Amino acid sequence: MEASVLHFFEWLWGPYWETLWAWFKPVWPLIWVIMKIVAILVPLLLGVAYLTFWERKIIGWMQVRIGPNRVGWWGLMQPIVDGVKLFLKEVILPARADPWLFFLAPALAMAPAVAVWSVIPFFDGGALANLDAGVLFLLAVTSLGVYGVIIAGWASNSKYPLLGAMRSAAQMVSYEISMGLALVCVLMVSNSLNLSDIVRSQGQGSFADAGVGFLSWNWLPLLPMFFVYLVSGVAETNRAPFDVVEGESEIVAGHMVEYSGMAFAMFFLAEYANMILVSALVSIFFLGGWLSPFGVFPDGILWLLGKMSLILFVFLWLRATFPRYRYDQIMRLGWKVFVPICLLWIPVVGIWMMSPFNIWK
Amino acid sequence: MELKTVVFYVFAAIMLFAALRVITARNPVHAVLYLVLAFFNAGGLWLTLQAEFLAIALIMVYVGAVMVLFLFVVMMLDIDIARLRQGFWSNMPLAATLGVLMAGEMALVLSTDYFGATSFPDQAMPADYSNTKELGRLLFTDYVYPFELASIILLVAIIAAVVLTLRHRKDVKHLDPAAQIAVKHTDRIRVIRMPAEKEAE
Repeated sequence: MEASVLHFFEWLWGPYWETLWAWFKPVWPLIWVIMKIVAILVPLLLGVAYLTFWERKIIGWMQVRIGPNRVGWWGLMQPIVDGVKLFLKEVILPARADPWLFFLAPALAMAPAVAVWSVIPFFDGGALANLDAGVLFLLAVTSLGVYGVIIAGWASNSKYPLLGAMRSAAQMVSYEISMGLALVCVLMVSNSLNLSDIVRSQGQGSFADAGVGFLSWNWLPLLPMFFVYLVSGVAETNRAPFDVVEGESEIVAGHMVEYSGMAFAMFFLAEYANMILVSALVSIFFLGGWLSPFGVFPDGILWLLGKMSLILFVFLWLRATFPRYRYDQIMRLGWKVFVPICLLWIPVVGIWMMSPFNIWK
Repeated sequence: MELKTVVFYVFAAIMLFAALRVITARNPVHAVLYLVLAFFNAGGLWLTLQAEFLAIALIMVYVGAVMVLFLFVVMMLDIDIARLRQGFWSNMPLAATLGVLMAGEMALVLSTDYFGATSFPDQAMPADYSNTKELGRLLFTDYVYPFELASIILLVAIIAAVVLTLRHRKDVKHLDPAAQIAVKHTDRIRVIRMPAEKEAE
């Protein structure tokens, strides 16, 4: 791909290309990486914007309403207008707030949500950084997201934000454990920490050879882990029905109460970027990433995007369907249901792999 | 100076600054956040030593979990800074002695040949060398007994912590989710059929 991009520039600049290339050759690797980062970030932020629109539309339809339909064609300009509105609003600093941490918190929420995308493989060989310890990097960086919420809650120096921060700290640390344990099973069967290798390992097996590849993806042999990971992902992103962190009817908006304008929008962006991230991770770990479900179709990034859209729809569907969990029930589900299921399934998979019925050779 | 050395000095400088601020910051929450920064830079230093598993595990375990709980506790404390600073000078001699002792021990380990720290082999690994795999192989083969022992000690510690904090209080209202789910509408509501009006006598 790098060669074809260079070729395009050569065509674009024509006779000036030789002189230009002499100047740019030393810094070209840097420019190339920045171009790749932009190619990931711009669709991501657009996706975040239109995910909010899609959410409002879908919840509207599920509640027999129309949803936003005033701005632009079918309301399609709504997220852009919302963004402009948030951008123009004043950012208010509460009187007794900690000024440094108050403005650091939105950045700390946003940065991990964006940084993790560097290891996500979009197609075969299509990752910004093809890390060998990709899964570890991913776990480490996603575990930092909780700091944005906690610091926002504390720095606001206000009661509802502090309550929201406390809730989120407990909830995110709890569900991280079941997410990590569910991933242990995936790592065991794919024998690698590299995300691309995990996807490739799902393309092997007797079902994949028979042309029905979607049956050899991890979701089928690891069905309980698929469920645990998906539900923990919903809880980890503080989405309904696990949204006690924001809980409008209890603590107004949790850690975001004192934020306005762009600072508030950063939390919003981070939440939706995390949703898209979890959907990408579920697709990669359990639904075969860029692999096509049937042997007759070619593999490609479109399959990954399709699977992500499906998971995102499930997220929105859950929000429109379920009432909010009570706080003690969230803790019970995490610690007393999911962690034991994972701890049970790890030895089951281990024995399965050692037995003659091992399907992952 | 090659890039690796520059990176080392940047990480080391930020880490020393952060570590200094941990003990000098007046606000305990700030101190905890500086400790997080110090851990982060320690992780970076380990990455330059090609120990990517340890570096990422440090960030995952300490920054991602332990320090969150630390922050959780520190944020809940009612801290009176004036009272904390009381008795600073009376405790100073003991603290200074301990500090000098620790610094001396570290210098002993790092500077002398006795512990072999100076003769650390600086070997370049091949590009596909997996630190994680190597560490796992060593833990489960050569060092399997110490590893199992450590896990048993940790398990005992977990059980002890649970037992120490487990209190059976009678006055706490307790809900049984299974019983809640098993409730039927006939348990909660009784529909009685009765005439709308009394008949005239």
